[in-house]
Amino acid sequence: MTGRGAADSLLPAPSFAPSVIQWRSKMAAERDTPPLGSAAAGLADFREPEDGEDLFVSTASTLESSPSSPEPASLQVEDVSANSNGPKTAEILIDDDQDDLFAEATEEVSLDSPEREPILSDGPSPAITPVTPTALISNRIEPKVIGVPSMFERSLDEVEEEAGGDLFDINISVSDPEKVGDGMNAYMAYKVTTKTSLTIFNQSEFSVKRRFSDFLGLHSKLASKYMHIGYIVPPAPEKSIVGMTKVKVGKEDLSSTEFVEKRRSALERYLMRTVKHPTLIQDPDVIQFLESSELPRAVSTQALSGAGILRMVNKAADAVNKMTIKMNESDAWFEEKQQQFENLDQQLRKLHASVEALVCHRKELSVNTASFARSAAMLGNSEDHTALSRALSQLAEVEEKIDQLHQEQAYADFYLFSELLGDYVRLITAVKGVFDQRMKTWSKWQDAQVMLQKKREAEAKLHLANKPDKLQQAKDEIKEEIEEWEGKVQQGERDFEQISKTIRKEVGRFEKERVKDFKVVIIKYLESLVHTQQQLIKYWEAFLPEAKAIA
Amino acid sequence: MSSSFLPLSEEMFQARSVSVDLNNDASLLIDIPDALCERDKVKFTVHTKTTLGTFQKPEFSVSRQHEDFIWLHDTLVETEEYAGLIIPPAPPKPDFESPREKMHKLGEGEASMTKEEYAKMKQELEAEYLAVFKKTVQVHEIFLQRLSSHPVFSKDRNFQIFLEYDQDLSVRRKNAKEMFGGFFKNMVKTADEVLISGTKEVDEFFDQEKTFLLDYFSKIKDATSKAEKMTRSHKNVADDYIHVSATLNSLSAEDSTPLKHLEKLADLFEKLRKVEGRVASDQELKLTELLRYYMRDIQAAKDLLYRRARALADYENANKALDKARLKSKDVAQAQQHQQQCLQKFDTLSESGKKELTSFKGRRVLAFRKNLIEMAELEIKHAKSNMALLQGCVELLKSN
Repeated sequence: MTGRGAADSLLPAPSFAPSVIQWRSKMAAERDTPPLGSAAAGLADFREPEDGEDLFVSTASTLESSPSSPEPASLQVEDVSANSNGPKTAEILIDDDQDDLFAEATEEVSLDSPEREPILSDGPSPAITPVTPTALISNRIEPKVIGVPSMFERSLDEVEEEAGGDLFDINISVSDPEKVGDGMNAYMAYKVTTKTSLTIFNQSEFSVKRRFSDFLGLHSKLASKYMHIGYIVPPAPEKSIVGMTKVKVGKEDLSSTEFVEKRRSALERYLMRTVKHPTLIQDPDVIQFLESSELPRAVSTQALSGAGILRMVNKAADAVNKMTIKMNESDAWFEEKQQQFENLDQQLRKLHASVEALVCHRKELSVNTASFARSAAMLGNSEDHTALSRALSQLAEVEEKIDQLHQEQAYADFYLFSELLGDYVRLITAVKGVFDQRMKTWSKWQDAQVMLQKKREAEAKLHLANKPDKLQQAKDEIKEEIEEWEGKVQQGERDFEQISKTIRKEVGRFEKERVKDFKVVIIKYLESLVHTQQQLIKYWEAFLPEAKAIA
Repeated sequence: MSSSFLPLSEEMFQARSVSVDLNNDASLLIDIPDALCERDKVKFTVHTKTTLGTFQKPEFSVSRQHEDFIWLHDTLVETEEYAGLIIPPAPPKPDFESPREKMHKLGEGEASMTKEEYAKMKQELEAEYLAVFKKTVQVHEIFLQRLSSHPVFSKDRNFQIFLEYDQDLSVRRKNAKEMFGGFFKNMVKTADEVLISGTKEVDEFFDQEKTFLLDYFSKIKDATSKAEKMTRSHKNVADDYIHVSATLNSLSAEDSTPLKHLEKLADLFEKLRKVEGRVASDQELKLTELLRYYMRDIQAAKDLLYRRARALADYENANKALDKARLKSKDVAQAQQHQQQCLQKFDTLSESGKKELTSFKGRRVLAFRKNLIEMAELEIKHAKSNMALLQGCVELLKSN
């Protein structure tokens, strides 16, 4: 008979760990074999020239200092132009981007710089335009004797297909939480193991140690790189000051064990979702996160850091902007989808709350069953009729096994069903965020148009003015400005179209993933319920003869 | 719950009886075929079929309230001749507090649920109301059947009046003596523990019984309350399934993407909760009610021991009085007679008490056996239904 504490349903740790690990490996196993073809089909639909850009987006800040060609920047321009396999518009696009890209690249990143300062890619407003890392990719592939040119010999589609199609084979597990350090500076280190056959990685199986802030740092970088252009970046697990403090302080009780397990599981799901994204998996930050043994500490993720406060301020500003931007939606699809996601959000939250209540009640049931089991055992001891006494003791044993069953079921309720819903509530927030980004892009475009209009009006005024000496100079100036703003308007329009396109693709992918995800997890959850019922049958069938034996 | 006529079905007959079949003797068959719930009062229809000449008619029915049962019980307790018998425990007062409270809460939370969800919750609550109702009918019926199947009680005059008198019994009930008797009875109950544990027992049988009953009572009381909590938790889980099912339904209705399996899932949870609800109520009937009933029965057995202990004390006092009388040589004959009476009373009590306690054990063991078997069988049945439902759904989802 397991001894129990009072209110908070304590279980000795050993009996808890194995069953959870069991599920974890099952889930991992499931992910190994995603339904074939669906992801590939999704990508095949979107085989468009613009996709070429996907390969090139990531910051070079996360580079390992490997011997790289001295001027990768210039090399890239040529390669890209030479091998771009899209229509002319694509080329122009890429070229234009390169202007911006390299402007920032030379300012912030030096591939040869000995000191690798992590670029605080958290600033939301001046979105750091991605710097192409083809050199990076080529460096990785070099060990396998594939130089830069060959990279582009394979069509971009092929690479993406490998990443997201039939051969999509990557599995990540997060395990072995280990406390490092003491007191308030202590933290949990998790082992992140990747098993893959994808060629963008150096090996097929490798592990690294990461702490929670590393995950947050990764997410932060990905969000700043991809969200403003319409990609749905999976959200990282939430911080918990209370939870972590308990762990730091060294409380070895069940609640901190559960907290660590909850977090471990969440981190694993987070990484799996991230690598399932065909674009994100190729991001050097992601690759570095999974592969490199040392990672620069992401201090900017701390809530009270300068960057953290900046984030909060910007979030507030965004919220206000969202309220003031009134977009003329010309595309019904977007309006429909936004409404749809709004509804979905509400429903999922409600469902999540119901399932959380279920978890709670099932835990209570487990505790009460255990309590009854003890009581029944006492009653059996007290009973003076031998056969009945034995039957009552057997009843007590059955109930004790059943209480374990309820406890395990409560874990399944939580880790499978409840967490799935929680994840999707957060994901939908990310989706809504991406729609907001589109609004901002539109707004920027509109602002440029307004500005252009103003400049044109100014020009017209100048033509009517009567100051000949200053006139020519002013005319020239204004002409320049008009050109500049025409450029910006065009850029704005292109950005808007691009983000709209990306969002459509992303939403399509998201929906497919959601259906798959839910189906897989729900089936697993139902199977856990089946298992519970099977066990119940077993226990009661074993008890029945005991009851019948009462004479 | 306002005036509603609730006829009890055949199924309910089978489902009842924590005690083994009491209604066997064709000479006096009693049952409660239906009952009425009027605001706070439950009116039971007591139906009697008899071949005994002591009754005026061979078959008749009367309407009785809970208080009438209590009155009958108390008169039996007060009857001297029955001191050596275990008086069947009085049925507890019908308690609709729990479902009533839940109904109130449901009313308050109505705004936050969908119409469908609210309807389902209401349905659940009505089922709960019905379950409480069934339980109270069962327990009142068993009380009467215990009396009718007992060689001594079945002949009790008051019992006959209870069964036959076609008018309201309330006039008789309000007899002051009975009221005082009730008060005295309760006061005595708290003293019995002390008295029983205090007296030195020479008789091995009663000594064993005393130890056993005192200990067993506290254990069974604890087991009863734990079983109650467990059953309540089970009901909570079943209720949660309702909310999950309802939200899944809303989700699937609004979701344009091919998440058809959400609908099936919603359906599954709806079916599951019905089964879970049955599991909870069956557990309650077979386990919790069983324990509750025998807890009261053990109390009745303890009361018997108490009465015997009192009789022993009386006898010992009579002995002392006789010795004193002999010393003083005054009223010896009187004292002697009194002492003889006490001894006789004590002996009769002991003899009948022994018989009663022995048959009580037999009865208890049989009842436990029956109910534990039935509970195990029902658990298996429900688990199998659950499994069939779940596996069906899993197959469906996997095949899509």
